[in-house]
Amino acid sequence: MPNVVIKLENVSKQYRLGNVGTGTLSHDLNRFFAKTMGKEDPTMKVGVSNRLDTVDGRYVWALKDVNLEICDGEVLGIVGKNGAGKSTLLKLMSRVTSPSVGEIKIKGRIASLLEVGTGFHPELTGKENIYLNGAILGMTKKEISSKFDEIVEFSGVKKYVDTPVKRYSSGMYVRLAFAVAAHLEPEILIVDEVLAVGDAEFQKKAIGKMQSVSRSGRTVLFVSHNLTAVEQLCTKGILMQNGMLKMEGKVHDITSAYKQMSVDENELRRSGTRVIEFLEYKMSDMTGKTIDEVFLGDNFMVTATAKANEKIDFCDMTLDIRNDANEFIGHINNADDCFEIKNIAKSNTMSVAVMVRNICFAPGTYYISLWLGNSYGTFDYIENCIRFTIKQGDKFIQRPYPFDKRAKTVLQSTWSFK
Amino acid sequence: MHEDKPENQNMNTLKTDEQHNILPDEWTMILRPKRNLLDINLHELWQYRDLIMLFVQRDFVSKFKQTILGPLWFIIQPLLTTIMFTIIFGNIAGISTNGIPKMLFYMSGIVGWTYFSTCLNDTSQTFIKNASIFGKVYFPRLALPISVVISNLVSFIIQFVFLCMFLAYFMIKGSDVSPNILVLWIPFLVVLMAGLGLGFGIIISSLTTKYRDLAHLVTFGVSLWMYATPIIYPLSEIPEKYQLLVLANPMTPVVETFKTALLGVGQINYLHLLYSFVFTVVLLAIGVVIFNKVEKTFMDTV
Repeated sequence: MPNVVIKLENVSKQYRLGNVGTGTLSHDLNRFFAKTMGKEDPTMKVGVSNRLDTVDGRYVWALKDVNLEICDGEVLGIVGKNGAGKSTLLKLMSRVTSPSVGEIKIKGRIASLLEVGTGFHPELTGKENIYLNGAILGMTKKEISSKFDEIVEFSGVKKYVDTPVKRYSSGMYVRLAFAVAAHLEPEILIVDEVLAVGDAEFQKKAIGKMQSVSRSGRTVLFVSHNLTAVEQLCTKGILMQNGMLKMEGKVHDITSAYKQMSVDENELRRSGTRVIEFLEYKMSDMTGKTIDEVFLGDNFMVTATAKANEKIDFCDMTLDIRNDANEFIGHINNADDCFEIKNIAKSNTMSVAVMVRNICFAPGTYYISLWLGNSYGTFDYIENCIRFTIKQGDKFIQRPYPFDKRAKTVLQSTWSFK
Repeated sequence: MHEDKPENQNMNTLKTDEQHNILPDEWTMILRPKRNLLDINLHELWQYRDLIMLFVQRDFVSKFKQTILGPLWFIIQPLLTTIMFTIIFGNIAGISTNGIPKMLFYMSGIVGWTYFSTCLNDTSQTFIKNASIFGKVYFPRLALPISVVISNLVSFIIQFVFLCMFLAYFMIKGSDVSPNILVLWIPFLVVLMAGLGLGFGIIISSLTTKYRDLAHLVTFGVSLWMYATPIIYPLSEIPEKYQLLVLANPMTPVVETFKTALLGVGQINYLHLLYSFVFTVVLLAIGVVIFNKVEKTFMDTV
């Protein structure tokens, strides 16, 4: 039986909305009277489930009834939208604040990295800050001394270790701070989004360090919006939504559920003057059936209906295709095919169908953004509104094993001896 | 069928609970919404002693970075205050000092009072000032106020040495002052000053997490408090009807004994000292309990 090292039982956390401080005295008195009368805490009842747009109800549940077991050696990725309760969960586990309801049981030494460089003092030298920061994170002076050279080496600021950190460049500062944190050796490590700092090279180094930490058999909890990093590092994942644990399982299932969720929830970023606006759009196969999956080399259709709110003389339409790292991969424009969209009368609806031939992007998840406008500006732009997956199959290339993930496009080739 | 399911689940939880019962101490810690008021983890604080000392070092180093005079400021501060007091209270107002050289009388009071008041002022901002650290990482929160008390102790010692040199100078000049065996009480007095400063400080810092009003009160409250303590006047000068009021101030016996020990004028009253001691112990106990309760959730309100 795997050894459970963290166990959350019915954990909930309530926060007060609005300006904390005004009227707290009366609330406190209210609570106090309720307590002395042996009644339930009155403020506990009014909380509503976490929604960012909550206006009624002065208390909010940032976390509600979370039950979770984390086993020894697991690397758990926590994903979810902003405000889903991820950070609150980590805060509770790292003892920064305590739960309103429920219990958290922890086995072993725990260290949390909710921020790099916590407690760094600008006037102190790099060396002094290494000791101070290490001690804040829970190391003893002896432990830090034994790892001091390693930390300095990893940070790459050896030359400046006797200079006050206020003279450091921000990159050096972050590197030094991360180096201290990376040399913690707790049984359980909690990491919140800290890898989002520093340049690309440093991020790579940081992820590498995290990977070696997780391989050494320690339990790691990792929150990030960088799904690639989560997939690289984690074995298991949980998906948080509105303060509740929505899903628990293998990391790839979790990340794909999360991606699906962000499209489903209709949180489309939309901009433009709307003199003409999209009404409907869909992706379909050549028979007109709606699809969200194609094979490499397939043809597919994107159909969009738009309604003109004013008379349109001339208008362009483009499709932007981005991958799940939000990299811009493909761009399609009506001019590519000498196609013109013009003279649409006010209140008329137009329908445009685009056929995309022989899709050759590396297998993975993609998002299409739709744009209507002209050289003077944007009429309507809907970001990442169609999500689809490209599967490898064997029509386009015959490679019997998965395509190399680093490459972005797939090229057809013919091989011969000479 | 429907009713069977919950029972099965119960069975499962019972089983795991039994397994846990085999090893009751298996969890290193259990985080609960509320904990026992007296559940104060001094052992943990001891484990973080390195951190406390590093905080002391940080305070000390950062205070005098980029100053020309550096630690000399420890001495300049009480010296200038003493000169000020000598001119205003000694020469202009003409308040008696029981025949003790004015400079010496004021300085001994100031040195003792400064330690207490800096401890109080600095610790009373523990939560607000360090919210950014507290919000990101856990360590026993008491480590910070304790480190403040220790780093202020360092400055107190420097000032005390300076005071002794001053005293020696006046003795050589033949003034009528006589340090006596009571100086052995001084370490105890220092503990009382630290304890009172820390006690009041952590209570105020705990309350200011919700009610900021206190933060405004503290700074000038402490400077007013000084006038209710025999710093610029000897206790013997207080009219009978106010005597009780001044004696209710737990700092009074401390400062009075401090002066008596160093200057040899005045009387030590052990009953008053006992009062201060009991006051300090009770205050610290209350302070630690409140602090301990607040530290768990103050991040939600600060």
